Amino acid sequence: MDVLLYLIPLAMCLAILALAGFFWALRNDQFDDPKGNAERILRDDD
Amino acid sequence: MSIVTAKTTPAAPHVDLSSYVTPQDDGKNALTLTVDGMHCASCAWRIESALNNEPDVKARVNLTTNRMVLAWNGAKERGNELVAKATELGFTFSPSDLVQSGNVSEEKFLLRCIAVAGFASGNIMLFSLGLWFATQASMGIGTRDLMHWASAIIALPAIVYAGRPYFSSAWNALRHFHTNMDVPISLAITLAAAMSLFETLRHGAYVYFDSSTMLLFLLLVGRYLDKKARGKARAAAQDLLSMMQGVATIREDNKTRTLPIRDIMPEMTLLVASGEKIAADGIVSSGVSDVDTSLITGETVPQRATPGQKLFAGMINMSAPLEITVSKASDQSLLADIVRLMENAEQGQARYIQLADKVAGYYTPVVHVLALVTFLSWLYLGIAWQKALLIATTVLIITCPCALGLAVPVVQVVASSLLFRKAMLLKSGNALERLATVDTVVFDKTGTLTLGQPKLTSGNNLQDVQLAASLAAHSKHPLSRSIHNAWNGELVKVDVQEEPGDGLSATYNGKRVRLGRRDWCGDMNSPKDDQLELWLNVEGEKPIRFIFSDALRPDAAELIRKLKSEHLHIVLLSGDREPVVRRTVEQIDITDYAAQITPMQKTEHIGTLKAKGRKVLMVGDGLNDAPALASADVSMSPSSAIDITQNAADIVFQGERLSPVLEAIHTARASVRLVKQNFVLSFLYNITAVPLAIMGEVTPLIAAIAMSSSSIIVILNALRLNRLKLN
Repeated sequence: MDVLLYLIPLAMCLAILALAGFFWALRNDQFDDPKGNAERILRDDD
Repeated sequence: MSIVTAKTTPAAPHVDLSSYVTPQDDGKNALTLTVDGMHCASCAWRIESALNNEPDVKARVNLTTNRMVLAWNGAKERGNELVAKATELGFTFSPSDLVQSGNVSEEKFLLRCIAVAGFASGNIMLFSLGLWFATQASMGIGTRDLMHWASAIIALPAIVYAGRPYFSSAWNALRHFHTNMDVPISLAITLAAAMSLFETLRHGAYVYFDSSTMLLFLLLVGRYLDKKARGKARAAAQDLLSMMQGVATIREDNKTRTLPIRDIMPEMTLLVASGEKIAADGIVSSGVSDVDTSLITGETVPQRATPGQKLFAGMINMSAPLEITVSKASDQSLLADIVRLMENAEQGQARYIQLADKVAGYYTPVVHVLALVTFLSWLYLGIAWQKALLIATTVLIITCPCALGLAVPVVQVVASSLLFRKAMLLKSGNALERLATVDTVVFDKTGTLTLGQPKLTSGNNLQDVQLAASLAAHSKHPLSRSIHNAWNGELVKVDVQEEPGDGLSATYNGKRVRLGRRDWCGDMNSPKDDQLELWLNVEGEKPIRFIFSDALRPDAAELIRKLKSEHLHIVLLSGDREPVVRRTVEQIDITDYAAQITPMQKTEHIGTLKAKGRKVLMVGDGLNDAPALASADVSMSPSSAIDITQNAADIVFQGERLSPVLEAIHTARASVRLVKQNFVLSFLYNITAVPLAIMGEVTPLIAAIAMSSSSIIVILNALRLNRLKLN
């Protein structure tokens, strides 16, 4: 089970990347307008 | 060549918003505006496209908050042109306060805590899977310790970061020598984590980081959802307030100028264009028009406004320009009073202490004392302090109010989804508790007991209906719309002119045709009754009468009868005139009623009922009902109500029937029964488990299992709500 010694930290790094991504999205106001953004992707004219 | 006159929307008054413009970091000027009149996403896209087509302009509409951020290169005054352009599309814009931002940042804070707690509990769960399923022999101490340490490294920072909402609330309570539900939660999380860390350091066999972080995660999710629901209600009240910001036009010394609504003083002459909202309370000094009073009185039929007529802020001037002598400054207006009433009532509601919190008030100190006593007693009996701490923590875990904490919310969740399937939206869980004890039901009339849509009821000659509908198609008056809806066939082409305050006139087959009020084109000699009417007058012929009535909801009478049979006292409070209200109560057999009631009087009436010790359910739909809804013990509103009223109500129901009122009451009563059962079950569990833990017979592992099973039992009991027959 020695492989766990580097697998566990590796997995944790990946997970922290995901968490950082979420924090970035929050800071970037991505969650401010759920209704609007849901409809915006259906727009044709852009 | 005929000149085609386009049907224009009323010209937007020229407003000056430059005092609200803020410069942005990138050199652009920006305005934040509340948008009124958007029904759906396409409305938002129309606004955005129209504005983004202008050079150097960036407009973005937020559909969730109904706000628009408009940024442009150029002078501050350019904002006025841009807003005027957007107003021509048929929407109204008013400058918005940034007060909302405080609420949003709190929600974001909670989201961050949830993200961290979720990340931690998910990853620790992976380790726990291995730890709980393996034995020391198969895994080896080294691997087990590695996993313990990995869990510790993830859990401890996560708990410190994500537990802040609970720790700060618990600390606040303790500082004032109180306890609330957050105190045992914080204590349990902290102790479980501390104990687990301790076990990790001494190569112990079991750690509980997973319980700690998972508990925190689930609790945070609940807290976030609760906050979102409250935020929506608050936003609606602020939207109402923003209606009172913005600008209005006054006449001063034969010149007109615009000024912010909050600067309007009594004795000023206010100019209200057609289509514009009236900005302050006052008396009409010149002009004749129709005014939409629905925001204030709840009545769908516009009122005729002539010089000398009293009008209120929030009403909409429909057909022709009016001049109004202001009688009250805008923050003294009826509308401002209504908003203040609503806010006061909502604060009162927040002081309502839920049953769960009451129980927590007793339970938590007892639990803490018990754990402390256990710890000290075992020490006294000579046991090593680590073992004594373990036993004390086991006591704390096993008394951890999981089942108790779940007892109420889980029933609320099941009840919510049950009501949702019956087309009712339950906005706050504790509304169920309040609804179960109700003994008086107060109804509004228009839009609540009735459908709020006048329908043509006189059996008129089809030709007359066709002609009337052809004229009516050109008017937005609710009675015109009823006639228009009553005719499915083709319309005849007529050239229609609107006579403000009187009706519509046109020429057809060489004759002058009029559709309008009795005094203008009707038969003055025919008997007058209280029904809504319009008259069709073809030159040379006898005037023809159209009668409308606002129909009662199909099951209104039956509902009242059923409510009475359950010994509920029924009251009707309406802003409509006495004869109309009397006719309604005769049809549905209500004896306690009052007519021509103002919003203030409605709230007072409810206050009087509450002072007599009654528990009041209020059912209403208009803005004039919103303060009453907020001040009643519990409130319901139909989904046809305006946003602000829907947000003030605890339950919103869909559809034309009133039976949801009775179903909601039955569901509430059943829920309270189940909650009480759940409390009994959790206490039973505690009474058997706690003595065992104190005596040291229970390991933390068994404590965790017992806790989970008690929670499961409580959840299963709550699910029984779905199986009960509630009719």
